Amino acid sequence: MNKPILSHVFSNGLVLVAEPNDQLESAAFHVLVPAGSCRDPEDKAGLCGFVCEMSLRGAGPRNSRQWSDELDRLGVERGESVNASHTCYGGATLARNLFPALALYADLLRCPRLPEEELEAGRMVMLQELRAVEDEPSQKLLQELRRHQYPHPWGRPAVGDAAGIRDIGPAEIRTFYEQYYHPNELILGVAGRFDWDALRDHVETLFGDWQPRPTAEPVAEAPATRVLHIPYETAQTQIGIAYDSVPYSHPDYFQAWGAVGVLSGGMSSRLFTEVREKRGLCYSIHASSHSLKEFGSVFCYAGTTAERAQETLTVTLDELRGLAQGIRSGELDRLKARIKSSLVMQQESSSARGAAIARDWYHLGYARPLEEVEALIDGLTADSINAYLSEHPPHDFTVVTLGPEPLEIPVEAA
Amino acid sequence: MKLRKQVLENGLEIVAECDPTAHSTAVGFFVNAGSRDEVAALGGVSHFLEHMAFKGTATRSAEDVNREFDEMGAHYNAFTSEEQTAYYASVLPEYQTAAVGLLADILRPSLREEDFDLEKQVIVEEIHMYEDQPPYGGDDRCKELYFGSHPLAQSVLGTVDTVTGLSAEQMREYHTQRYAPDNILLAAAGRVDFEQLRDQVTKITGSWKRIGKSRTHARAEGQETYEFLEQPQSTQQYVIQLTPGPSAEDPDRIPAKILSLILGDDTGSRIYWAMLDTGLAEQVAFSHHDYQCSGVYSTFMSCRPEATRDNLRRLQEIFREAGAEGITEEELELAKSKVESRLVLAHERPTHRMFNLATNWSQRREYQTVAEEMAEVQRVTMNEIHDVLEKYPLLRQTTVIVGPESPEDLADNAK
Repeated sequence: MNKPILSHVFSNGLVLVAEPNDQLESAAFHVLVPAGSCRDPEDKAGLCGFVCEMSLRGAGPRNSRQWSDELDRLGVERGESVNASHTCYGGATLARNLFPALALYADLLRCPRLPEEELEAGRMVMLQELRAVEDEPSQKLLQELRRHQYPHPWGRPAVGDAAGIRDIGPAEIRTFYEQYYHPNELILGVAGRFDWDALRDHVETLFGDWQPRPTAEPVAEAPATRVLHIPYETAQTQIGIAYDSVPYSHPDYFQAWGAVGVLSGGMSSRLFTEVREKRGLCYSIHASSHSLKEFGSVFCYAGTTAERAQETLTVTLDELRGLAQGIRSGELDRLKARIKSSLVMQQESSSARGAAIARDWYHLGYARPLEEVEALIDGLTADSINAYLSEHPPHDFTVVTLGPEPLEIPVEAA
Repeated sequence: MKLRKQVLENGLEIVAECDPTAHSTAVGFFVNAGSRDEVAALGGVSHFLEHMAFKGTATRSAEDVNREFDEMGAHYNAFTSEEQTAYYASVLPEYQTAAVGLLADILRPSLREEDFDLEKQVIVEEIHMYEDQPPYGGDDRCKELYFGSHPLAQSVLGTVDTVTGLSAEQMREYHTQRYAPDNILLAAAGRVDFEQLRDQVTKITGSWKRIGKSRTHARAEGQETYEFLEQPQSTQQYVIQLTPGPSAEDPDRIPAKILSLILGDDTGSRIYWAMLDTGLAEQVAFSHHDYQCSGVYSTFMSCRPEATRDNLRRLQEIFREAGAEGITEEELELAKSKVESRLVLAHERPTHRMFNLATNWSQRREYQTVAEEMAEVQRVTMNEIHDVLEKYPLLRQTTVIVGPESPEDLADNAK
């Protein structure tokens, strides 16, 4: 299988974690910057995304155009995103171009120009993104579901809000950058074809003299309401259900994950079978585990025409509650087969591995080799999952619906 | 890497790129059955049939089909386009035989009446789902206007009316015609045991009868027109445009694809710098799509309703300028670097190789290694790009705008 995962913590706190794979022609990197939307000031929601947007507009010796053209010359396929805990920058390219690509991102992280003359263009990009969500009912729903499920500010949408974004000036952009873009807590994941010693030295050269800066975690507050209907002029009603689970670092995480896999994984999973295959109630239905560092949740989604929405909600809630009755070993065997092939296929993508090991480090303080994940999965039994489920039956549901008519939420749900 | 191929006696064709070092195996059956093969009254039958394939066969119930795929840990799915219906799975190599056996079996579904009626509801839900999402049917409408009486005008999903009106008998007849073995390609990539694959498929499909069905291959001539579809509750305005471009058989398609990157790629393109970096539009995508004997450039834009007119002007200016002044050497080189890196990244996965193989084979009966494909891109010259711009002027557009506000005098502007 793979060579072992290597890691190095630099004196300023920056973590480099890397998984070599010489079967690949490519190399990928994934940077987690501890500048998540949970750091946004109350009246400036969206600031972290705005800073991310501005960070792409030139860095070090290059203006926006030069920086981007240079990455294109190196064939770097790239993307960035913000979530509650981090701003993430990722890229993948031919193995020979990894080092110069990292150097360009070192410029972005350490000396972005954050050009004031492009502030209005950046603001327009941010506002457009907010408007786009309004036209995507399922996205809008999941955004609201998360807000009502997680404690504030962890559930707040990373895209922010229009009032906050309109209010942000150049000084706030600069201050946020200076406060939260720092090497301590920053994790750089690399995967694919590279030489470890050379990579570690290269990262030392690029980041070694970057000064650390301490920061404090925001205080979490539980959401006030957990049931909500959002009126929307649509043909379908969107249904979102969430309940508490354990975070990724919890010893029982894989038990919880296994239970969700039985609910929603392949087409033989319970939700797909009961709601779509047997009753034809909807086209799209799924559930998945989601984890922040301290909190974990299960999010479930279904979209269906308004007339069938009530039945869909009832059947789906029944399936969620029914999980507490236990799962069968056949269901678990299928889940194991699925995840086993996923793990093997993950090795075929440097981007997937680079991001996975960086996230692992954030949650666990080390990166799990695929062999260890496989052993954890092999260790799952129907009994172990059922023991978990009897202690943590899905309950206390957060229910958000979006569509022409509100639904009746069974009382015990909320 | 080695290409293996075989045409079976019944006409079913197998192509495989065998890579003994791969970790996984990808297989897919590609049936020449898409919306362009449907008569209008049967709109959506190909896609509906794709759903029905998973509802059981002579020896398997619907639950068996889903359960067996999951038991082998397959990553599997199916899709329908204008030109084909594909059923595919990626598995660990030890499941090759099981996956191929199951995929081949569902190509002969039972099409039971009660499953048919239930699944119809699911399809109707799928249609409604798209009605609630941007661009609210604007893409289908633009295709309809552009292709006019050509069969490519037809929607893949069909409408609630055509789908509701379909009978199981009509679907059975369509299936007999289009799912004949001489209308099917089996493509495989990754770690493939070719002898095993060939022998197994020969055995399973031995009784399948060839039918000699073809499809109409006339080139579609796009209509230049404009239409506004009111969507009062939408926040953004959406613009869809189709413009004639080279077809799948035409060597011009390669410079056309490079051109579309230079003008419309999601990073570093002309459209990116003029309209996205500036925040003037939320999204602008410009790309080339090829079909058998037809091809189009398609543009998709979303922006604030009040900015639609100005944005369309900007877009027109970019197209006009490209036609009048061409592109630069530097842009061409940049685009080539992007393609090279994308090819390498995409083709690390057998699934991508399998789809690439199937597309090249079904459209051109051609096989290319990644290196050959890269070389083909490297050979593209400025002149070839300028020739394509001349042959396929970008300003001959069919335009559909969807959103809350009808932009005044746009009909003139769009021309």
